[in-house]
Amino acid sequence: MHDSMATRGWTAVCALDDIVPDTGVCALVDGAQVAVFRVGERDLYAVDNLDPGSHAAVLARGLVGSLGERIVVASPITKQHFDLRTGECLEAPQHSVRAWQASLRDDGQVLIGTVAR
Amino acid sequence: MKLVVIGNGMVGHKLLEELMAANHADLEITVLCEEPRPAYDRVHLSEFFSGKSAEQLSLATPGFFDQQGLELRLGARAVGIDRARKQVLTAAGETLRYDKLVLATGSTPFVPAIPGNDRPACLVYRTIEDLEAMTDWGTRSKVGVVVGGGLLGLECAKALRDMGLQTHVVEFAARLMAVQMDDGGGRMLQRKIEELGLTVHTQKSTLAIVDGEAARHRMQFADGSHLDTDMIVFSAGIRPRDELARQSELGVGERGGIRIDNFCRTRDRDVYAIGECALWGGKLYGLVAPGYEMARIVAAHLGALMQRTQAAPLPEFAGADMSTKLKLLGVDVASIGDAHGATPGSRTYQFSDERRQVYKKLVVSGDGKQLLGGVLVGDAAEYGTLLQMMLNGIALPEAPEFLILPSADGHARPGLGVDALPASAPICSCNNVSKGQLCEAVGAGAMSIGALKTATKAGTSCGGCVPLVTQIMQAEMKRQGLAVNNHLCEHFACSRQELYHLVRVERIRRFDELLARHGKGLGCDICKPAVASILASCWNEFVLQKEHASLQDSNDYFLANIQKDGTYSVVPRMAGGEVTPDGLIAVGQVARKYGLYTKITGGQRVDMFGARLEQLPSIWEELIAAGFESGHAYGKSVRTVKSCVGSTWCRYGVQDAVGTAIDLENRYKGLRSPHKLKFAVSGCTRECAEAQGKDVGVIATEKGWNLYVCGNGGMKPRHAELLAGDLDTPTLIATIDRFLMFYIRTADRLQRTSVWRDNLEGGLEYLKDVIVRDTLGLAAELEAQMQQVVDSYECEWKKAISDPQTRRRFRHFVNSDAADDNVAFVTERGQIRPATAKEKRKRSRRIPATVEAQ
Ligand code: SRM
Ligand SMILES: Cc1cc2nc3c(=O)[nH]c(=O)nc-3n(C[C@H](O)[C@H](O)[C@H](O)COP(=O)(O)OP(=O)(O)OC[C@H]3O[C@@H](n4cnc5c(N)ncnc54)[C@H](O)[C@@H]3O)c2cc1C
Ligand code: SF4
Ligand code: FES
Repeated sequence: MHDSMATRGWTAVCALDDIVPDTGVCALVDGAQVAVFRVGERDLYAVDNLDPGSHAAVLARGLVGSLGERIVVASPITKQHFDLRTGECLEAPQHSVRAWQASLRDDGQVLIGTVAR
Repeated sequence: MKLVVIGNGMVGHKLLEELMAANHADLEITVLCEEPRPAYDRVHLSEFFSGKSAEQLSLATPGFFDQQGLELRLGARAVGIDRARKQVLTAAGETLRYDKLVLATGSTPFVPAIPGNDRPACLVYRTIEDLEAMTDWGTRSKVGVVVGGGLLGLECAKALRDMGLQTHVVEFAARLMAVQMDDGGGRMLQRKIEELGLTVHTQKSTLAIVDGEAARHRMQFADGSHLDTDMIVFSAGIRPRDELARQSELGVGERGGIRIDNFCRTRDRDVYAIGECALWGGKLYGLVAPGYEMARIVAAHLGALMQRTQAAPLPEFAGADMSTKLKLLGVDVASIGDAHGATPGSRTYQFSDERRQVYKKLVVSGDGKQLLGGVLVGDAAEYGTLLQMMLNGIALPEAPEFLILPSADGHARPGLGVDALPASAPICSCNNVSKGQLCEAVGAGAMSIGALKTATKAGTSCGGCVPLVTQIMQAEMKRQGLAVNNHLCEHFACSRQELYHLVRVERIRRFDELLARHGKGLGCDICKPAVASILASCWNEFVLQKEHASLQDSNDYFLANIQKDGTYSVVPRMAGGEVTPDGLIAVGQVARKYGLYTKITGGQRVDMFGARLEQLPSIWEELIAAGFESGHAYGKSVRTVKSCVGSTWCRYGVQDAVGTAIDLENRYKGLRSPHKLKFAVSGCTRECAEAQGKDVGVIATEKGWNLYVCGNGGMKPRHAELLAGDLDTPTLIATIDRFLMFYIRTADRLQRTSVWRDNLEGGLEYLKDVIVRDTLGLAAELEAQMQQVVDSYECEWKKAISDPQTRRRFRHFVNSDAADDNVAFVTERGQIRPATAKEKRKRSRRIPATVEAQ
């Protein structure tokens, strides 16, 4: 996760069961909107929720899938694809978003890495 | 050079195109066009009856006649040629000087000299005006006769039948299509046509047309019998229009036609003749391809004269092959080369299957090495192969009979790989495109049939070559190592149609299962919604249940259309556009309570915009309590059934349009399909509901309903086509059931019925075969599958709000009840609208104070 931001601490945002497999939810972390995705049973990813193409806060509502080796979400409005590991926008690199760290705590809580500011 | 062209028909126009494309500097062309409009596509003239307008049939691209050096005179007829003074005289009394003159006057329909042939409603079939007259008389007739059972006559008979007339074909010869068919083929064709409800009378010679008893006219035949009919269309052959040439002594054949040499010159070196009016080597050509070839030859000849440089040898006319393949009244018919086996020493092979009504014949040379000709009736799949074998002299296989025999076990059909064709093989004869040119265009990047048509013009005239062009394109792409596929996406190496089949046959109910068995990777935003739609069409399970939820496009996932700012629209169903005052008030109350923007849609219902994700469940709870259901405005599914008031209120209405619209909408609501589906029902032919622009259009008649299909508004409007007429209501519904299920089975992803129909091989006739005549024996199955979907309908919103698991997903934040602070509205004309980026920046951003982190 070389492109992720340096993490200070972790915020628990929800239980794993709150996310339907292969979909996303939006979490409020330190006043920021973060799109958190559950891929398969246990893999977690997080990127900014704001879609730079449409200026709407909607990436969490996109469809999750793979393109080649990349795991991506498609913006529900512009259909641009974002790499969930890095936040890179495949179609328009200038629209790339930030990737956040996400992990699963033993008690089933989803943790998002909070950022150095 | 001053060039005068007499006639702006198909061939005359091709000449103009060729000349203008060459950009000659000093060329001044005057075109005399007797008809009131520039050239149009006579070959597809019959499509006028299925709704194509004169403009759509036009061959002149917009602005074509505005070009420098080109003058078109409409409604201008040439009446004389003064060869000594090099002048053409027009009916208006004008004289036009020429350096070179081209006659492209075509031909006229031949009307046999039968007393009474000039009575009213005795018509011909050649121009748009002729068709207008046919349509006009057609509405006032019950019975129609076509005189002449040739190719054009049968096309004309189809037009009469489609107008709902009881149709007869009267033929002088002993069989139909006497020129192209042998006895066996003619007989099979007749039987098939009679099964379609037409009556064929062969060996009938008409003596007179007099007043009828049961109808407008009576035709009296030489054998003493007679036939009463309301209208008669003569289609008994054509006669070249050579009157100008006769009168100016240009040289005509004994049976008509202006004599020309290999450069299409008449005996006067300054006068050319091309197209159907020209006689070459004792032959007249009544097809467009040889005419186009003549146009190209004259264009090259004139070009060389103007440039005066020694160029490559000029092309010469060398005759044309008259092989044809057609679908007449839904019957495949093909005739190749020497169909009658007239070549001395030739041998024939015949195959006839009386049950399937297929007749095939091959004519081969005495030594059995070369194919000389053939006849195919009922199944002409081998046409392309056989034609190319004949044209290119490809050696016949050991046992040529297997070329036409149904393939039995162990005997693979000796097909003709397109690889076997030489690069010079002419593939599109209308536009003179060879295999080599097609391959070159593919190499230059034309990798779809559309791109290939644009690049080479192949397949853009009669269309007969399209299957072969497609094969060559695919073979060439493969040869160049380019991927040829209709694969859905990188995760599934098959088409939507194949996936549908797999889902049905293997009874697959989950995406994961399909992916594990037939796909790879995780899936994506292409295949997931497509599979979700297939699963819903087949099994109709709740789209938001756990296994399906993650497959849905955002709109389906939240059962609402996402808007540009991330809010949603809410569209309750108002079947047929009918809504009670109480219903309207309830909608108004909801809109007012949640502050939604309200508008009437183009689909006769109310749309409310600006709902936030977390508001959707309670909005729907209130709408459902008021008796509304999901309008599926978000799904690739049935949208609306538009109606007009119909016979209930309207003084012209002949059936209950609103009632039927409501019944149809309630029957098909919730049905998932490859793309959205729109319907409309009109109460009479005034068509106030615009049914002919819909996927399914229903128009009331005195006797029942006419069913139109595959219409479209939107990006590329398309008129719907009549699938069946005068249906009673149960038959109407059964027919729509079949149509929709067949579309769902076979269409590509996101392919509307219009595009699907345009790509459907066999066209409308094939569709009628499958849906109306049930030739594939699918009807019962399709109807049963539809019934299953109808029976398992549930309102998705009702399910969503009553299931706590699903309901919990309708929140903006998983860890807070705060609203999305990125959404902002401003007021306009008394309602909300999304704030622009500039307006948003002006506002202070409200940052939530607490985060409910555990
Ligand atoms: C709301 C409405 C416009 C209006 O204010 O009147 C509308 C709005 C949209 N139309 Fe439409 N269309 C609406 C009637 C039409 C009509 C008229 C009709 O149905 O009689 C047409 C032309 C008829 C046709 O489809 O053949 C129409 C042709 C389209 C097309 C082009 C389809 C095509 O085949 O070319 C699209 C794009 C698409 O579907 O891919 C489209 C897509 C859309 C979408 C879904 C675009 C989108 O993805 O955001 C719009 C969102 C609707 C929403 O949020 O609720 N809309 N749209 C109408 C809703 C009707 C309804 O009650 O459900
Ligand atoms: C219903 C129908 C279906 C057909 N289907 C097929 C098919 O499937 N395949 C195929 O290959 N062919 C088909 N044909 C034949 C094809 O349309 C003709 O071969 C083609 O149109 C011939 O072109 P042309 O320019 O020689 O004649 P036309 O297209 O007839 O044009 C001649 C023009 O010259 C005008 N003209 C004549 N005299 C004068 C004058 N003195 N002054 C000014 N103008 C004059 C006429 O009004 C006419 O507009 C079909 C024809 C019809 C009617
Ligand atoms: S289509 Fe006919 S019935 Fe319907 S409103 Fe128009 S005129 Fe009246
Ligand atoms: S052969 Fe007629 S369009 Fe190609």
